[in-house]
Amino acid sequence: MHRHFDRDIDELKDLLLRMGAMVEDTIARSIRAMTERDSELAESVIANDDAVDRMELLIDQKTIELIAKMQPTAVDLRFVASIMKITPELERIADLAQDVCERVVELNGEPALKPAVEVPRLAVEAQGMVRRALDAFVRGDADLARAVIAQDDVVDALTEQSFRELLTYMLEDPRNISRAIRLTFVGKYFERMADGATNICESVVYLVEGKTIKHAVPSVAKPA
Amino acid sequence: MTTFEISTGRSVATTPAIGAAREGEPLPQAASKISVRDFSFFYGSAQALHAISLEIPDRQVTALIGPSGCGKSTFLRSINRMNDIIPEARAEGSITIDGTDVYDRGTDVVGLRRRVGMVFQKSNPFPKSIFENVAYGLKIGGIRNKRQLSETVEKSLRRAALWDEVQDRLHDSALALSGGQQQRLCIARALAVDPEIVLMDEPASALDPIATAKIEELIYELKDNYTIVIVTHNMQQAARVSDRTAFFMLGKLVEVGETKTIFMNPREKMTEDYVTGRFG
Amino acid sequence: MSNSVRRRVVSRIAEALCALAVVIALVPLVLILGYVIKQGAGSLNWAFFTQMPKPVGEIGGGMANAIFGTVVLIAIASFLAVPIGCICGIHLAEYPHTRFSSVVRFAADVLNGVPSIVIGIVAYSLVVLPVKRFSAIAGGVALGMLMIPIVVRTTEELIRLVPSGLREGALALGATRTRSVITVILPAALPGILTGVLVAIARVAGETAPLLFTSFNNRFWSTSLVQPIGSLTVQIFTYAISPYDDWHRQAWAGAFLLVMMILTLSIVARLAVRRLERMNRP
Repeated sequence: MHRHFDRDIDELKDLLLRMGAMVEDTIARSIRAMTERDSELAESVIANDDAVDRMELLIDQKTIELIAKMQPTAVDLRFVASIMKITPELERIADLAQDVCERVVELNGEPALKPAVEVPRLAVEAQGMVRRALDAFVRGDADLARAVIAQDDVVDALTEQSFRELLTYMLEDPRNISRAIRLTFVGKYFERMADGATNICESVVYLVEGKTIKHAVPSVAKPA
Repeated sequence: MTTFEISTGRSVATTPAIGAAREGEPLPQAASKISVRDFSFFYGSAQALHAISLEIPDRQVTALIGPSGCGKSTFLRSINRMNDIIPEARAEGSITIDGTDVYDRGTDVVGLRRRVGMVFQKSNPFPKSIFENVAYGLKIGGIRNKRQLSETVEKSLRRAALWDEVQDRLHDSALALSGGQQQRLCIARALAVDPEIVLMDEPASALDPIATAKIEELIYELKDNYTIVIVTHNMQQAARVSDRTAFFMLGKLVEVGETKTIFMNPREKMTEDYVTGRFG
Repeated sequence: MSNSVRRRVVSRIAEALCALAVVIALVPLVLILGYVIKQGAGSLNWAFFTQMPKPVGEIGGGMANAIFGTVVLIAIASFLAVPIGCICGIHLAEYPHTRFSSVVRFAADVLNGVPSIVIGIVAYSLVVLPVKRFSAIAGGVALGMLMIPIVVRTTEELIRLVPSGLREGALALGATRTRSVITVILPAALPGILTGVLVAIARVAGETAPLLFTSFNNRFWSTSLVQPIGSLTVQIFTYAISPYDDWHRQAWAGAFLLVMMILTLSIVARLAVRRLERMNRP
């Protein structure tokens, strides 16, 4: 049966995806700013944070209104709950990209640290996870969501590896310390973006299957 | 109590005295179809409504909610003067539709009721055929032309989302329909005379959930063409279906505003208590 | 004996007494029917229906004119009583609490209880005396007056029983009060009203006394409304008090026919109620 609320639900989904697109774009630009040492690009990312924040507020408002008016149940309820969990995650990811850009501007004030650093690889992994998490949401694909969650282990390993490498740089020469620490932060930011993507995937699994898999044993992200 | 005021630039007014019947926000762009000013209603010496003032916008659904006996049905029936049939009923104040007070001395009540249709809580199809039911209002309005009647009957049944189910048994008794179908028939019957306003007194309260959902969707579609005022004791229904909601209590209008405000963030504590179910 | 056993025994005794009472009540009915059938059924032949009474002393003949007369009288009575009774009943139902209505209601109840012979005398003075002639109309008037209270009360009850939702629905569509009564309420109450009319007819079909000095009797075939007309009941009376055996036999036949007529009317009324109720509430 046709329900006029279906339009409102589709609108919410649409808004979330638009927000997701904005966030993916922000991540991409922050990665480029980092790899190409482009301070101008970094500054523009920092300045544009507003747009994502406004989206978050808009989605929050529309979600609450939908709950008040529709009293959603079952899958509709899970959908609305997922929206309410995914939106702040996306906003945090955007904030992290902004943080990355702030460090990039600082790093660009000094010469580049030796090229063989794992941070760009880490960044690309995290970026991929965010994109695939949003794909999983659009397609309602719980299996893809689980795969992304499993990938978090890879990102964690890369973070650890990059940290060790940066540590050696710091021990080698005290003049590397400030750059190495900033790069460590950048690595941490991408790692937290990956965590955010993981949280989004947990919400997707909840939406599609009604199962809560958060706080489970990390390497065993399989159906409970 | 804050709201996310992104999309609308409205300001929240200061809290007026409880019981005062007043608007809290400036109206949306819709024109006002029904204007109620200081309207009071008495059954003999008992006062059922106290100085109600309210604007009902055109082509929107306005819901009237409140506990039993709060006067919402009395108010609804005052709009098309159905309360006239009650002996010792008296009204003060004015209810103005498109600029004309319906309680004026010279008002043509019969004409009023053709412009303001009504659907009742318990569906009341006449013991006639489906066709005769829908055509009744037309016939007493003087329309005899067979083709015109058929066309209008079909149009009304389509508007009421009933045509598909009854088109091949128009001359069967209306009483053979299910409860939900009978209520949609009564809606078609009311629409047939092409009213501008449709009043609904708890139209779905006697129906099962699926029939109720159909009626609610129907109301949502009808508001494109008609101004609808609906009384409901089911708050969730008011939330689902209406654009504006008015909360009545003991014959007074406590609060009126956009439905999402009433259900997310009402101004009056009484409204909030009622809407959260803290008192029945 | 224990409580529950005692209660069961008492219950059984009460049931038995009720059944006994029913049987006792049915006995007169059964006796009458049985006797009438026994005496009259045999004489009910084709001649009875088609022939006129033979001159005094001759054997044979029938009651054709009387049967026809009864039908005519009932028709006149209905023609009189149904419109008056219905309109009266509608008024009582629409304006139930006025002084006028209470008076009318009381009057109808009193009229109901007036002995039929008194009604006959009234009809006599109203219709027969002025023109110094007995007539079918006079008989119809007398029977009509007997029917009116029944039709009034039944109509009032039936209209009251029509759900108020129907009336409100009609008014809300812009019908005036009169229009709503005529187009919605009356049709809805019609089945019941018709039944009430049938019941009233069953009552007056068996009246004799009021006809004695209004329509009098007529041994010949008459279709004139302003002449005396024969009727089944009066004919039975005439034959019954006569000294002739053959007329006695025919009187029994007439009685049997009358009883059958009333029985049929009652059964039809019953069935009509049930069928029309089913139409109104499938």
